[in-house]
Amino acid sequence: MVQEKKSLLKVNNLQKYFTTPQGIVKAVDDVSFAVAPGETLGLVGESGSGKTTAAFTIIGAYQPTDGSIYFQNKQISGKKRSRELKRNIQIVFQDPGSSLNPRQSVRQILTMPLKLHNVVPAAEIGNKIQELLELVELPRDFIHKHPLELGEGEKQSVAIARALSVNPSLIVLDEPTSALDVSMQAKIIKLLGNLQQEFNVAYIFITHDLSLMRNVASRVAIMYLGRICEIARAADFFQQPLHPYTRMLISSVPVVSEEEEALKPPHYTSQGEIPSPVNMPTGCGFHPRCPEKLDICDRQIPESLAIDNNRQVFCHLYRKDQEQKIADSTLRQE
Amino acid sequence: MTEPLLEINELKVNYQVFGGDLKVLNGLNLEIYPGEKIGLVGETGCGKTTTMKSILGILHPAARIKGGEILYRGRDLLKLKEKEMNDLRRQHMSAIFQNPTAALNPVFTIGQQLEDAIRYSFSREERLPKKEIKARAVEVLNDVALPDPERLLKNYPVQLSGGMKQRICIALALVTASDLLVADEPGTNLDVTIQDQILRLLINLVEERKTATIYITHTLGVVRQFMDRVFVMYAGNTVEVAPTKTLFDNPVHPYTKGLLQAVPKLTGVEFSQGIPGRVPEYQRPPAGCRFHPRCPDSTAFCQQEKPGFVEVEPGHQVACFTGGDS
Repeated sequence: MVQEKKSLLKVNNLQKYFTTPQGIVKAVDDVSFAVAPGETLGLVGESGSGKTTAAFTIIGAYQPTDGSIYFQNKQISGKKRSRELKRNIQIVFQDPGSSLNPRQSVRQILTMPLKLHNVVPAAEIGNKIQELLELVELPRDFIHKHPLELGEGEKQSVAIARALSVNPSLIVLDEPTSALDVSMQAKIIKLLGNLQQEFNVAYIFITHDLSLMRNVASRVAIMYLGRICEIARAADFFQQPLHPYTRMLISSVPVVSEEEEALKPPHYTSQGEIPSPVNMPTGCGFHPRCPEKLDICDRQIPESLAIDNNRQVFCHLYRKDQEQKIADSTLRQE
Repeated sequence: MTEPLLEINELKVNYQVFGGDLKVLNGLNLEIYPGEKIGLVGETGCGKTTTMKSILGILHPAARIKGGEILYRGRDLLKLKEKEMNDLRRQHMSAIFQNPTAALNPVFTIGQQLEDAIRYSFSREERLPKKEIKARAVEVLNDVALPDPERLLKNYPVQLSGGMKQRICIALALVTASDLLVADEPGTNLDVTIQDQILRLLINLVEERKTATIYITHTLGVVRQFMDRVFVMYAGNTVEVAPTKTLFDNPVHPYTKGLLQAVPKLTGVEFSQGIPGRVPEYQRPPAGCRFHPRCPDSTAFCQQEKPGFVEVEPGHQVACFTGGDS
């Protein structure tokens, strides 16, 4: 397989279950995807869809219940991770207010990873920090500031600088802009894009904002209740979403222009609530809300269907007569 | 045109804090007509919530009203006694808050809270008998499309999901036959598919009842989808007002333009780098137009004087000296 050689990270049939007093929560169930070097994979889902759990399993904060994770073609799940591996996979959290230590100055925050991973000789740490601040477009004198003195966007920039300081090849970005206003968000997104080009770092970008996803990700994976519904290249996905859930999701996005409105699939008004992950529906998790439910949907979990090389969808609708169905949905779009 | 239902003129509100006054609202102007739905948009910290709280008379104790008036059917709300204000609030005004979990009291059942709201929405003489109150509660839960209302009345807020709690809050706000509803970002804490449902429901209900609605949010898309007119706020002023379609097709104020360009688009069209700088500090706000330090078109004059509203076209006003010429 050619693709396997190329991918930086490969996740196969990943499962992460939690045992709670109410029963087993299948936070991530049978999830597979791959990330190529230097690309951005968008992981989209609503709350409780397991996107953050998947991210935490990838960075090694959780051990997977089952399944495997390959990084640079080496199996890494279920074992103690080497320092080198930890350096190579970094994360930026959602809320910079709680991911930065309020008692440390920016210098201390950035010194720690540099020392731990011996990135530069001790004498050059000061210079390296200045360099990092420049990279994330913060003024040099910020080195003496504490997180409390910074704005939300500036704090997130420091968190990005920290992740970047150890030259990782993969950064997991867990909703890095959801706490920010649009104009600040635009700045951070631009910054992330520039850094990716400069260092060829791959991102797993987690968000629930589809419009944002359209602009940052080269490929997107949509999750619902711990499972993936659809993986596709971003451009294809937004042109023609296939899974009923992803259609509902896109049609729910509040947009600001006519051109965007035209992209929304018609007749997919949102209905029903997201079921509790403790008490999952049988069969396809989406069937209670699905406007196109078939008889089989509440009995059998849909398997992955490859629509083309870059696209997978997990839905019974496309099982039979794949070609016909795709043709149909194109018609419906037009 | 008819008389406005609510009219805010040159409202100034400060917050007294250690080290001086935060001059938040700086001569805010806004008006809403009966049955109209307006959106109030702006970024975090621009005074949206302060505006809401001033209207409802629930400002923080540290807030000081420094000038202006809020006219409700011609009466200045700022001059009313607490008792008069209470009467007004329970019969004519309602509010939906951002966080439904914080808005509902965790130690009372949904039934107790809803029935209280119904009971006190009538004056002492007209108060409904218990049975009718219960029936009305069930009815209003049906209106907000909640299943099994009878059982729900016995539930506590913790037993419900976020979407259900927000529906309860909408029910609470709409039990009274109020003619003004102020909604402060009611969809923000919810997932997009749920947010979409809640908003459609809310808009259907207020249209049915002809309730004038002020919808406060920072999500421009929501406003575009559901509102009749839009007020854009920046640093304590309304800087632009226009019918929704006009505002999105032909924004005039540099801030509105910048904001619209910074929103990520579904079409994948690249969005701008955002507006340079940040929202000013309210202790020492910039003189003149508060937007001038971040404005691409600012002139020396902008630093001296605060721009008033100028009409660009009928119904479309902008507080900017360029007046749409740039």
